Amino acid sequence: MAFTPPLEKYAGKIREVVIGKGDKVVKLGGHNAMPGCIFDGDFPNLPKIALEVFDSAPEDWAPEAIKPYEDVVNDPVAWAKKAVDVYNAELVCLHLKSTDPNGENVGADEAAQLAKKVSDSISVPLIVLGSGNAEKDGEVAAKVCEVCAGQNLLVGLAVEDNYKKIGAAAIGYGHCVAAQSPIDVNLAKQLNILLDNLGVPLDKIVMEPSTGALGYGIEYTYSVMERIELAALSQNDDKMQLPIMNIMAVETWKTREAKLDVDAEPTFGDLSKRGILWEAMTAVDLILSGTSLLIMRHPEAVRLTKEIIEELYLGK
Amino acid sequence: MGLTGIQIYKLLPKTNCKECGEPTCLAFAMKLAAGKAELAKCPYVSDEAKEQLSEASAPPIRGITLGTGENAFKIGEEVVLYRHEKTFVNQPGYGILITDTMDDTEVEAKIKRLNEMFFERVGLTLTADFAALKNESGDPSKFESLTQKVMGLTQKALVLISENVDALSAAGKVAKDRRPLLYAATKENADQVGALAKELGVPVAAKANGLDELIELSEKLTSIGLKDIVLDPGNRKLKDLYADLHFHRRAALKDKFKPLGFPFITFPNEMTDDPMKEALYAAIFVAKYAGLIVLSDLDAHRMLPLTVQRLNIYTDPQRPMIMEQGIYEINKPDKSSPVLLTTNFALTYFIVSAEIEASRVPSWLLVMDTEGLSVLTAWSAGKFVADAIAPFVKKSGIEEKVDHRNIIIPGYVAQISGELEEELGGDWKVVLGTREASDIPAFLRTYASKG
Ligand code: SF4
Repeated sequence: MAFTPPLEKYAGKIREVVIGKGDKVVKLGGHNAMPGCIFDGDFPNLPKIALEVFDSAPEDWAPEAIKPYEDVVNDPVAWAKKAVDVYNAELVCLHLKSTDPNGENVGADEAAQLAKKVSDSISVPLIVLGSGNAEKDGEVAAKVCEVCAGQNLLVGLAVEDNYKKIGAAAIGYGHCVAAQSPIDVNLAKQLNILLDNLGVPLDKIVMEPSTGALGYGIEYTYSVMERIELAALSQNDDKMQLPIMNIMAVETWKTREAKLDVDAEPTFGDLSKRGILWEAMTAVDLILSGTSLLIMRHPEAVRLTKEIIEELYLGK
Repeated sequence: MGLTGIQIYKLLPKTNCKECGEPTCLAFAMKLAAGKAELAKCPYVSDEAKEQLSEASAPPIRGITLGTGENAFKIGEEVVLYRHEKTFVNQPGYGILITDTMDDTEVEAKIKRLNEMFFERVGLTLTADFAALKNESGDPSKFESLTQKVMGLTQKALVLISENVDALSAAGKVAKDRRPLLYAATKENADQVGALAKELGVPVAAKANGLDELIELSEKLTSIGLKDIVLDPGNRKLKDLYADLHFHRRAALKDKFKPLGFPFITFPNEMTDDPMKEALYAAIFVAKYAGLIVLSDLDAHRMLPLTVQRLNIYTDPQRPMIMEQGIYEINKPDKSSPVLLTTNFALTYFIVSAEIEASRVPSWLLVMDTEGLSVLTAWSAGKFVADAIAPFVKKSGIEEKVDHRNIIIPGYVAQISGELEEELGGDWKVVLGTREASDIPAFLRTYASKG
């Protein structure tokens, strides 16, 4: 009696979200099975990787993370170009960190102009995120939408406190919304419903479930994502059938494991590889739990992650 | 797992003789179903019923113990596909590959890493579990002497790798009291290796080309009376092995398919020459269904993330996201130790407490109920502001625990410093802490040294 592999067929399917315009287009989602389970269903789009660019030179980065970008950290446009041309980023994620009202408090206009400049100078789609201050992010994102009208960027972060502003601007100027909810299946769904009610098409939203790094809450993110994907696929819950993105590099590279050298932590081993592995392993966990888009930092971690994706899905 | 009380009742003698201590056979059956009684208490169950009952109550994936004493570890017995359904049960073992063609220095260095690899995290000790000894030379006597040597160097569990029956037999006899895993019975040698495992009374692995052949082998080993079996489908490509591991877990749990109801052994060391890639494969197999993971080496920079990965995937998914409000002692604080304040969002707490712990500075951590919101969110929601924090601090009882009146607040809420000092009154001073948790150790060390 030959063994018949037990397959899982689901009623539901994740929506396909298209980011970018013209020949600068990346598609997310579209799958109808759990991560890596190509024997169960179809994965028209494999998980994508965006590289980070910051609007001002980072001050507290691990030396290992800075090294690949040393020559461009003061010039976001050059940084973005390097990410694409040298490190093969599939998308670029611009963090408008200096708009933070508790920091440099750069205005929305200036930030939006920068976003446009970056977008215009790269050959891949752009993601634009604020500083994490909900109110200001709303203002900045709205301006970015306006200035980059029609480019179909992925703009965020829309959260409960600012989703109306960002949602409305995204509808008005033709962009996608990155929506972040606090690490909970129901809250993720609720934000999707709010955006839907506002009129944002569900195939223009990407969910960010709140991402923890390996050792710092990855297990929560992992299970929330598995539950979202399962609800979307097996319960055919259409408010959950959106691709998931993870803003993960920021989280991984602030851990002490990615930062402290062997002098500070004699048992931790080679720092130059440890930080990269911390990022790549976090990425792998997110792939296994259902991400469609990873925001990453170190080119070597990206290379490893990409190879894992290709081996897992394409058998390379 | 398990039959219902009624199903069990049908297998009992139904004489209600009460010798089991229960008034009726049905009552006994109910207790059995609930796991509150031992079948052995009924002297009259037939052998046939016994067999059926023990089979039905066995876990769908058999638990296998390798090693002995405090170095023993168990794998298998998993009952779910996804960790949010129920905590994963037995963490997979990590092992280091050592061959009988390595020179003594290399063998000793590797065993040293196995013995000494150890990280402390949230009060837990993270270690590696076994040495995988490989008969690379093909020479049984070399394999035997390697096994002998390693037995003298470590108390950890062993996996003995050879397809040469003589070599396995020689090494197995040396190591049998250590409860090693014999790897592997193949299509060619299954009868002899199976007989050897039976004779030595140790677990045995079946290695095949693909699942169909693996199922045949597993059935064969079972038919000669072996129970402690570990499986290797032979695939060394990620895509194929990932599929095999899924089919194994699904078939065992959902279809109660016995031939695949054993833990799997994986060999990331044979899948790549790139150590970083090897670590990522291992991380995947931790999450997706391996019981044993063989690595080429145990370098600290790879084992730190890998042991944390295993810890994270195998934690209780029900662990709440909210911490209880109160005073948390870290590194055994005393009356002069610093007092830090944070919110009760579990992730915030984990990160902050891990950093304080890492600083080795004895400290008091005040965790305030902000309904599970992180520092910035709680502040903007008006829950982590001066007139809420002050009463909490005063009522917390910290004033009795320390003889100073300094409180360190998160750097992100610098703006509340003045107002908080006012609200707290008395001698209270507010000290501005760091914005990022990762800067806490440096901050605390400087702070503590200033006194
Ligand atoms: S001892 Fe056995 S036969 Fe007697 S009452 Fe108990 S279950 Fe029934």
